[in-house]
Amino acid sequence: MSTLDDRPANPAIGEVRPNKRGGVAALIQSPVAIRLGALLILAIGLSLLHLSGRVFWQGLVINLGIFMILVLSLNLASGFTGVFSLGHIGFMALGAYGSAILTLPLAKKADYLPNLPAWLASIHFDFYLGPFPLGFLLATLLAAGLVAGVALLVGLVLMRLSGHFVAVATLGFLVIVRVILFNADNFTRGSRTFSNVTPYTGLWWVWFWAILTLYVVWRLKYSAYGRAMLAQREDALAAQAVGLAIMPPRLLAFVVSAFFTAVAGSLYAHFITSFSPTVFYFDLTFRVITMLIVGGLGSVSGSVLGTVVIIALAEALRRLEDVTLLYGMSQITLAVIFIVIILFRPNGLLGRREIVLARLFRKGGEPSP
Amino acid sequence: MLKIADLHVYYGSIRALNGISFQVNEGELVALIGSNGAGKSTTLKTISGLLRPRQGIVLYEDADITRTAPDRIVALGISHCPEGRRIFGGLTVRENLRLGAVQRRQGADMAADMDWVLSLFPILKERLSQSGGTLSGGEQQMLAIGRALMSRPKLLLLDEPSLGLAPLVVEHIFQIIRQLKQQGKTILLVEQNVHQALDAADRVYVIETGQITLTGTPDELKHNPQVEQSYLGR
Amino acid sequence: MTLVYYAIQQTVNALSIGSLYALMAVGLAMVFSILRLINFAHGDLMMVAAYLAAFALFANLPLGLAVVLIIIGTVIVGLLMERIAYRPIRGAPDVATLLTSLAVGQILQNGMLLTTRFLGQPIQIAFPTPDVLNGVVAFGSITVPRLNVVSLVIGLIALVSLSFFVTRTVPGLSMRAAAEDLTAAQLMGININRVIALAFAIGSGLAAIAGLLFAVQAGQINPYMGFTPVLKAFIAAVIGGFGSIAGAVVGGFVLGALEVILTALPGIGDILPPGMVSPSTQALLQQWLPSSLTGYRDAFVFAALILMLLFRPNGILGQPNREEMR
Repeated sequence: MSTLDDRPANPAIGEVRPNKRGGVAALIQSPVAIRLGALLILAIGLSLLHLSGRVFWQGLVINLGIFMILVLSLNLASGFTGVFSLGHIGFMALGAYGSAILTLPLAKKADYLPNLPAWLASIHFDFYLGPFPLGFLLATLLAAGLVAGVALLVGLVLMRLSGHFVAVATLGFLVIVRVILFNADNFTRGSRTFSNVTPYTGLWWVWFWAILTLYVVWRLKYSAYGRAMLAQREDALAAQAVGLAIMPPRLLAFVVSAFFTAVAGSLYAHFITSFSPTVFYFDLTFRVITMLIVGGLGSVSGSVLGTVVIIALAEALRRLEDVTLLYGMSQITLAVIFIVIILFRPNGLLGRREIVLARLFRKGGEPSP
Repeated sequence: MLKIADLHVYYGSIRALNGISFQVNEGELVALIGSNGAGKSTTLKTISGLLRPRQGIVLYEDADITRTAPDRIVALGISHCPEGRRIFGGLTVRENLRLGAVQRRQGADMAADMDWVLSLFPILKERLSQSGGTLSGGEQQMLAIGRALMSRPKLLLLDEPSLGLAPLVVEHIFQIIRQLKQQGKTILLVEQNVHQALDAADRVYVIETGQITLTGTPDELKHNPQVEQSYLGR
Repeated sequence: MTLVYYAIQQTVNALSIGSLYALMAVGLAMVFSILRLINFAHGDLMMVAAYLAAFALFANLPLGLAVVLIIIGTVIVGLLMERIAYRPIRGAPDVATLLTSLAVGQILQNGMLLTTRFLGQPIQIAFPTPDVLNGVVAFGSITVPRLNVVSLVIGLIALVSLSFFVTRTVPGLSMRAAAEDLTAAQLMGININRVIALAFAIGSGLAAIAGLLFAVQAGQINPYMGFTPVLKAFIAAVIGGFGSIAGAVVGGFVLGALEVILTALPGIGDILPPGMVSPSTQALLQQWLPSSLTGYRDAFVFAALILMLLFRPNGILGQPNREEMR
């Protein structure tokens, strides 16, 4: 069933298709060249933005990148497997706090979190390799790795549930994380703001991780594992009948997704530099879900599109709010859009289809197979 | 009394009925026979308003009820006893029967109807306070029919009343059906048990892959070679 | 004596919290049993009720009139919610309906935010507790906060009336029939739109009562106050076996007891009267149940929820270990 469904996207997988045209045309139309071209355009765009010094736009694009990672990860966990998680922001929070504690310089750490256990108090990932903040990278990887471990344990429990029960159980996970963050004063300063985080996160960091996430999610979708995930999303019983185990693909998706969500948390922490547990709760969860649903559960390019659309819309609405002073109006509008999408386009803007760069470049397009 | 013309019904993009037309006259017992998936239950569901046809019309006592809501159709006097009985297992037998008459007010005539139903199915009298789920299959079928009768229908739609029941129980259920017909009820019966259906019915329609392929009296059909081969297994 | 006193007080406490949860859980369970919709916006109905109550009391309306208006207002909001958001998506996949209810909750919360701003009120409002709910009730030498007694009494009255309604009246029977088999219920001639609307109306009315009592208990209200209670109510409903009204009531009281125990146990080593247990036991209690655990109560409650979903998805009354009930 699933193989039928992703057939339209097959040409985009990147497996080389015999291309009868030769020369420059072939080069321009080869998927690899197009992808490299897209990366190049992105790099040029980011450079220009970087050089322009426009702080507002830089912040917006950083936010875009962070949300893109969140949405792509959630899509991996929920869209491909059909196991809907409302608890992902919990992973983000753990990633944010974990990496922030790790990168705190020694002196600040002693001053700021005096009750840390000794082993943690002596670790500090604030070192550089030349101009490169290697410590930040390691802290992010370490925090995300730990979160992935947590996700493995949580996943083993949650993956046994199905339908809306899994959604509620994951929401339970979110609450548990929040309660722990509020109460583990020694590590998180409890309800007080956690600040003094070094602002490592910049355009390049975010977009490096965003592109990596995009690549990994894309590859996973079209791997054997990805097919297994989709198959069991369609019909768990049938997938089992043809010998596809349900647990491993679901669990893999969940763990990888938690890893990248935690990375987004780390990036967020080192971008915003001060935060408290209240940030990582339901509003953020709902924002990410809106992006995911608008783009289309199960579509990678849909996630990208959904993120861009909602970020742009939210920003525009926020400005409108500032002018009209109708605070809350933007959330209402987004929620209404969300309901309308579920009503009229239950599969999101793209459904499970993909926008394929290569196809956009072909003259007149190609009849879909 | 009931007239159906050119009914086309789809489940999503799958076609279930492909232009069905037939009619049921007052006081008749009409049987709709056919194999699994032929469209028999779909026809009944469309009559009772659970399904909306894409095309075609359902006329009942000369009024168009094609797009009438199920509860209005019950009020008009059509009662549908569904396939698989679908009794409310967590409710008592008495509550099940009461719900059959949900649109009527409590009163003397309802008590009389209850007595009448219980006289048709005396076994239910002993089970009144038991929950429906504890009844045997045959008792559940009796309860389902009794419940359908509690709305005082003029037209009774019976979907596979013999399904999954022992031969003796089937025999009993069909006795009741004949009795109901003698008392003047109009009945549209859907059956896979063709022998029983042919014995009870006044007229028969054969339905295959969403279309009526044969019609006639039971005697005519009993000697039709096609029916003999496909349904009577001779 | 102090310990007996303490135990009685905690019991009343547990019962009054339990009745609040039961009021909420019943509404969730009724809607779920018919539509298989987990209505997360149910908590926001409670929030709406709390605000209506605050506005009515600010306007110095007599309490009786205020209560009637609150219930009517909340029921209207609940009915609108059903008509506008939930009816069009009936029959959609579970996750879609669940997400819709999250969106509806967002709309209600931000709508209330907008309203309070419009009225020139701050986000967090101190709730004007009516005098009748202040003070204590004395039973001999034992005194209990009046609010707890009132919560318990009102909760019990509401639940008893509800149980009369669903077992003794035809609309109540229709509702139970619709919960068991929606199609069969239609074939009986039950107007399911009406039954569903009725379920929403009753649920909203109960949420309104719970909202008023909850607001008095919390002392202050804000647009986001419904979130945690609805999650708790959900847990109560799961404990009782989701979809069963009786189960939701039982679950509410079980959860109330669980919470009070989880709140009372940490630090119990410190308040035990001397000589009650041996010193070594007391030291052990102080070490393993320090009062600093109190803050983690909700974490334990939600962990219990997840375990419940895993091992007894049909509730403590239902059969063990069958995923999803039909």
